[in-house]
Amino acid sequence: MIQNQRGVEGPRDLDHGTTPPDGRPIAEQPKWRRDFPIDWAQDEYVSRRELVKFIVLTSAALVVGQFWIVFKSTFSRRPALSTAAPIARVDELSIGGAKTFTYPEGSTPRLLVKTGANSFVAYDQQCTHLLCPVVPAFELGRLHCPCHNGWFDLETGRPVAGPPQRALPRVRVEVRAGTVYATGVEESTA
Amino acid sequence: MIQLDYVDRAHSTQTVPVVCMHCDSPTCAEVCPADAIKRTEDGIVQTARKPRCIACNNCVLACPFGVPKMQTKMNLMMKCDMCYDRTSVGLKPWCASACPSQALAFGTRDEMARLRPHAKPVNTFQFGMQTIRTKVNIMIPRDTAVEIVDVTAAMHEPTIGHEILDDVFAATPGGGDA
Repeated sequence: MIQNQRGVEGPRDLDHGTTPPDGRPIAEQPKWRRDFPIDWAQDEYVSRRELVKFIVLTSAALVVGQFWIVFKSTFSRRPALSTAAPIARVDELSIGGAKTFTYPEGSTPRLLVKTGANSFVAYDQQCTHLLCPVVPAFELGRLHCPCHNGWFDLETGRPVAGPPQRALPRVRVEVRAGTVYATGVEESTA
Repeated sequence: MIQLDYVDRAHSTQTVPVVCMHCDSPTCAEVCPADAIKRTEDGIVQTARKPRCIACNNCVLACPFGVPKMQTKMNLMMKCDMCYDRTSVGLKPWCASACPSQALAFGTRDEMARLRPHAKPVNTFQFGMQTIRTKVNIMIPRDTAVEIVDVTAAMHEPTIGHEILDDVFAATPGGGDA
């Protein structure tokens, strides 16, 4: 075997690609020869088999991913918090007033809204669209996310307008002897 | 892939590695219906690409030098590709690396000229009506006028080891009719 190097017959010309059998230049060749070149560098054709393989594997990955999400949400539900924590006094807020708090300690900010003389609702403050903080719009009976004009129902936390699709996670609250306690978090499911 | 052919198995252990000649216009690739055989920029004709090869054997039948081999277990044509994975990074092909006695050698044109001072390289072959130019050269005596090697010229001469076949036919009652 002889390599392409300077040798007994002087320098060999470099390879100019595959020669068609009839020896005519590539411009004079039929179109199929340009479409299916023998030269590796010019080969851009994706075979049916490669395409089918890609589609099947990608679809399989999507299916597995869906099942994984179902599995995860079914079996790895975090245990509900049962310890109550005081978050505000009843007379601290006027009706329609709001306050942020964390529950449990170190959580993302939660929003407590006083809806009546002795009734409160509390939600996670992060909008379920893109995590902007929501603000109460008490007169409308809603919570408003100003980032993308998203609206949530104040009583249930469900989205009513704008981009959000899921309800705000609700924090269960309880009034005991003039103090508001948070007793648990209901993760958003819808 | 290293492919070895026995020269005369009954009488000798000598083998011949069937190295690919790396044609400028590779017949194997020309006849491939699945567009599976590709030639790299440095002129090395590769083993059929696994995602494309349909194991149709066209290349095996078409190659004038008998290089491609069908690996039926893999449904893939494999052939000598000058051990492209090794030679492209400066190593010798496996056949030349493994040969303990340097009966198979791999070197530059200069080294070959020094080893074979009375020979000259020829890389043009005639196969029927087809003229084939190859990247691989064969060495022929320097003082011959031959410029083109006729691959099929010896086709009608008795093959090496023909005595065995002759014996088989001779042993058949009634001559070669059976």
